[in-house]
Amino acid sequence: MSASDPARATGFSASEMMIVAAARELAGRRVCFVGVGLPNIAVNLAKLTVAPDLELVYEAGVFGARPARLPLSIGDPTIVTRATAVTSMFELFGFYLQGGLIDVGFLGAAQIDRFGNINTTVIGDYPTPNTRLPGSGGACEIAINAREVFVIMRQSRRSFVKHIDFRTSPGNLNGADGARIRREQGWLGSGPSVVVTDVGVYHFGEDGEMRLDSLHAGLTLGQVHQQMAWQPAVAERLAETAPPTAEELRTIREVLDPEGIYTR
Amino acid sequence: MADAIARSVHDGDIVAIEGFTHLISFAAGHEIIRQGKRDLTLARLTPDLIYDQMIAAGVARKLIFSWLGNPGVGSLHAIRRLTEGDVPSLELEEYSHFGMVGRYTAGAMNLPFFPLRSYFETDLPAANPLIRQVRSPYGDDVVYAVPPLKPDISIIHAQWADAQGNTQIWGLLGCQKEAAFAAERVIVVVEELVSEEVIRADPNRTVIPGLIVDAVVVEPFGAHPSYAQGLYDRDNRFYIEWDAISRDAGSLEAWLNEWVHGVSDRAGYLDKLGLEHLAALRPDPAPSGSVNYGDYR
Repeated sequence: MSASDPARATGFSASEMMIVAAARELAGRRVCFVGVGLPNIAVNLAKLTVAPDLELVYEAGVFGARPARLPLSIGDPTIVTRATAVTSMFELFGFYLQGGLIDVGFLGAAQIDRFGNINTTVIGDYPTPNTRLPGSGGACEIAINAREVFVIMRQSRRSFVKHIDFRTSPGNLNGADGARIRREQGWLGSGPSVVVTDVGVYHFGEDGEMRLDSLHAGLTLGQVHQQMAWQPAVAERLAETAPPTAEELRTIREVLDPEGIYTR
Repeated sequence: MADAIARSVHDGDIVAIEGFTHLISFAAGHEIIRQGKRDLTLARLTPDLIYDQMIAAGVARKLIFSWLGNPGVGSLHAIRRLTEGDVPSLELEEYSHFGMVGRYTAGAMNLPFFPLRSYFETDLPAANPLIRQVRSPYGDDVVYAVPPLKPDISIIHAQWADAQGNTQIWGLLGCQKEAAFAAERVIVVVEELVSEEVIRADPNRTVIPGLIVDAVVVEPFGAHPSYAQGLYDRDNRFYIEWDAISRDAGSLEAWLNEWVHGVSDRAGYLDKLGLEHLAALRPDPAPSGSVNYGDYR
């Protein structure tokens, strides 16, 4: 589908809404750990719109990346050419992440609970899983040491669950106590602050629980409830997410993902 | 390559073919398959397609890793087939990326463990009892520790080395250096053999000294479908195709028969792939600036 396609020019996809909503949340942030796929497009969109000073950090060992094409993998050669610095993974994880230089870490999830705890390891029992997922990668230490964590994922009853099958990356643990435990154990990060889905935008309250603050245009609370396994807290003044602007859509479709791999 | 693998890789060894997306020695992995090695413990942060192929071919009994997927595409289906369900037949030992980097680092530095601020309040230490807590001798801080990893053999792909094995890498460094220094034996596989003068003209770029290298093997395009910065691009199309090939055990076996067992060496693989295919992976140049080291006499 090309950018001149009339259907695509007038409307927008759920993925485009997610990317735009996530990008807007990055306003004012400086150093961001990027993942492939939707986070990569969201972070690059933020840099071109609300956060021009954003430094893109890739776990493969790149600080200040200037990707000239959309990387398929986290280790694409385009993140190296014209970057500020290429480091060993020891330096990237040791000095940049554990040293406290990362403002925002972007994570995806197979399962998430109401406190933002994330599973990317197994569905089922660990020794004999029904589904073997990729595991932590860098996510576990990003969840602990990035100053805050953004989650971007599609929402369903299978992914927004009451109890995750395995805790790969800690969020707010069991709720209100989460902040205290993080502090006492010397974690640098304050945990998840934003969850962006195809349904809406969630932030976390003092009780450490996910709260729906913004519903994407055209959706109802009933639809939200159908796509998660618990009754979510909802903001007193529930906002409607402003739809993507023409400029945001143009940037996604013409610059960041011209083939529509991630955004259709 | 055949000689180096025959001499340095033995049944039952811990083998690390490292390289984070970049510089993965598929050439060495395929030779290990051809030589029918058995009962290997394979270590890598990201097993990638090369370990999916090696494990499907039956060379391994155990996998040590931190992220198990086809980067940017999805699952490693051969490994999933052996690790899901009631009777998993491949043993897994699982860490996070920094945990794996720390394991090689401790191995390279001859330390009993590597401390890190990870794993708190997760299920990973229960899943892998080798991830343990350690209290600081200087206060009340409790952090997690991972044990040293000392591969019997680490295999490192690089842009170039001299005949002594002094090896230079540019682009993503992954933990090539840590894995090499941690290992009992090291094979370096390079795109090009260069003179000692080339190495000495730019010593900051030397990642692995010949001192720890047991064999240097020259294999142009030896990392394909992975890549070598500045020389050829990642063959993303193959990474996507592998998803379909590997979903079915039969089509995967047919692929191994055609592309690994069906050729005698890397040159045979490249012949089959064709010059046109390889030429299309060459990037336009973007040379570095050069620096002045100064001539001090």
